[in-house]
Amino acid sequence: MKSLWKKYKQNKLVQGILLLIYISITSLSLFMAQKSVTAFLLLLSSLLLLYFTNFKNLTKWLIAGIVLVFLLPFTASNGDAYQSYMEVATLVGIYISMALGLNIVVGMAGLLDLGFIAFFAVGAYTYGIFATVQASNFMPFGTFPLSGESFWLFILIGCFVAALFGILLGIPVLRVKGDYLAIVTLGFGEIIRIIFNNLDRPVNITNGAMGIPSVTPPRLFGIDFLYPSQFYYIVLVILLFTIFTVRRFEHSKIGRSWKAVRENEIAAQAMGVPLVRTKLMAFAIGASFSGMMGVVFAAKQAFVDPTSFTLLESITILVMVILGGMGSVPGVILGAAVMTILNLQVLTEVTSWLNQLNSTGAFSIPDALSPSKMQRLIFGLLLILFALYRPKGLLPAKNHVYNEKELQEGSAKENKGKQEVMPDHSQIEKAQEV
Amino acid sequence: MSILEVQNLTKKFGGITANQDVSMTVEKNSITAVIGPNGAGKTTYFNMITGVYQPTSGTILLNNEKLNGLKPHEVSKKGIARTFQNIRLFSEMSVLENVLVGMHTHIKAGLIGILFNLPAIRKEEKASEVKAYQLLEYVGLAPLLNEKACNLSYGAQRRLEIARALAAKPTVLLLDEPAAGMNPKETNELTQLIKKMRQEYNLTIILIEHDMKLVMEISEHIVVLDHGEKIAEGKPEHIRNNPKVIEAYLGSGAVQAG
Repeated sequence: MKSLWKKYKQNKLVQGILLLIYISITSLSLFMAQKSVTAFLLLLSSLLLLYFTNFKNLTKWLIAGIVLVFLLPFTASNGDAYQSYMEVATLVGIYISMALGLNIVVGMAGLLDLGFIAFFAVGAYTYGIFATVQASNFMPFGTFPLSGESFWLFILIGCFVAALFGILLGIPVLRVKGDYLAIVTLGFGEIIRIIFNNLDRPVNITNGAMGIPSVTPPRLFGIDFLYPSQFYYIVLVILLFTIFTVRRFEHSKIGRSWKAVRENEIAAQAMGVPLVRTKLMAFAIGASFSGMMGVVFAAKQAFVDPTSFTLLESITILVMVILGGMGSVPGVILGAAVMTILNLQVLTEVTSWLNQLNSTGAFSIPDALSPSKMQRLIFGLLLILFALYRPKGLLPAKNHVYNEKELQEGSAKENKGKQEVMPDHSQIEKAQEV
Repeated sequence: MSILEVQNLTKKFGGITANQDVSMTVEKNSITAVIGPNGAGKTTYFNMITGVYQPTSGTILLNNEKLNGLKPHEVSKKGIARTFQNIRLFSEMSVLENVLVGMHTHIKAGLIGILFNLPAIRKEEKASEVKAYQLLEYVGLAPLLNEKACNLSYGAQRRLEIARALAAKPTVLLLDEPAAGMNPKETNELTQLIKKMRQEYNLTIILIEHDMKLVMEISEHIVVLDHGEKIAEGKPEHIRNNPKVIEAYLGSGAVQAG
């Protein structure tokens, strides 16, 4: 058995064939049995299988792209459950993006942030206010709501506004460390929510607890984006951008300085890493992803109100990061996907299945014990189990592996160059001595 | 020619005076040792020079430029690097990454360049990786480049700290008890490394050390602190025979041993 596994691990061809078979079976079954949530989830998890293959990175991305852009929407599109599947997939994308943002702050820079949802709220309200008549309450010029075409610009605006709030939060917060930092960020998250909740007087900016209804849908080339199946593609593009950006930063000077600050602030400073700038950058970049997704969220829901941005949401995102593996990009993606699907699909499915049993009289379960109500209990148990048995998460963070041979050659080359210069130098010295 | 000049440096923590009017002139390309019993204020002294603490009074001049009021990362940019008494590596990062962090100020890449992965940035990154690798070769840690820093042995961690400090291309290098916890063989290797480093990197080295054999062997100038005050200063042979130093720190045995 073990040798078989070893062979599998080395053989790309076998991996490819297995992956192909897996994907075709799951997509076929999703296509045939539209109502099967299992098939949908299994097709999604083909991406995990793909992650563990030995293919080149580019190949992996290409296969993932084909599955996500064509296969998944196409095979799911055949029945009534299409939109609900796409809704789940869209939300998974939104949460992954936010978790990746929080991962920069918590996982890489080591700054525990318990108010991360505030940036999501900022993004959502930015679009919500200007894409409804709400803005005409306080804006002296312009006609509101803005057209759906402005949505694309607002993704950028949401990104920058959230980054700005990240810096605003960062400046006072950087004076505190550890536990105190957690408390201060928690306070910040709540303050933002309560401000949005109460900003209907004296000037009605956010419409208070009533929320902002009928947000203009995005529009591109005359087509309005109304359905989750359409938002799915917007989210996919932003998510791709997020992953790409995080990857770039992770293995650069900036990513290294984040990790250095996390590992040892004093040593990082002594090596020339500016503490304040580095931390602010982590806050701003992390927040900006959240802000972008906030804009998408507001447009998708067509309604914004403060109850979507509670402390519980902040903690849910934090749990995604911890579950997946702090500082690990693939881990956080998996963690966010697992948490969101568990939350939206599995628990609700199990509940409805139990209800069915209930109604046929085969089995009876009290209402108070229905799984959808046990969400928090299950998360709590999961967290405890992970803290005990897998404290580094599902896919723990790994350091970049440098190619020793390449470096050796590079080093040898440079040394050679130096030696050719050196003799000249010594000759000059000799000449001087004479 | 003096490179670093410290004038009347005083540091008070509440009612406790950690350093009182300590002055010192460090010659370029020399090795200076700061010695003294535990609690004499040696590390505080280092912390003030590197900007971790701000002195209560007194001035620090590097090449006649005042360092007072600068943050640690700004002091590092001016060309002072250091290692720490209680090793402060980035323990979860790989050995090579540790050295790369040391190069922080010399890597020019900005936000936009990194985001778009511009060719110049890529080239710079590759070049710094090679340079970091060369530093690892220099301290003898090259085969361990992808190992986590926390998995290294004690002596190797000390050498990695030195490589990381060298990566910052300093003109002045402060070593805080570099030989602490090393066996005689390792200490001997370290002594050779320090001598070699000074020559090849044209460094001025200031070190705190309790190992008197090492101190007497390599330093050209010794400053002795006790209770935060400078009690003696001079060449090793003078310090060894100075009755004040013997009473405060060396003990009478050192005279015979040395």
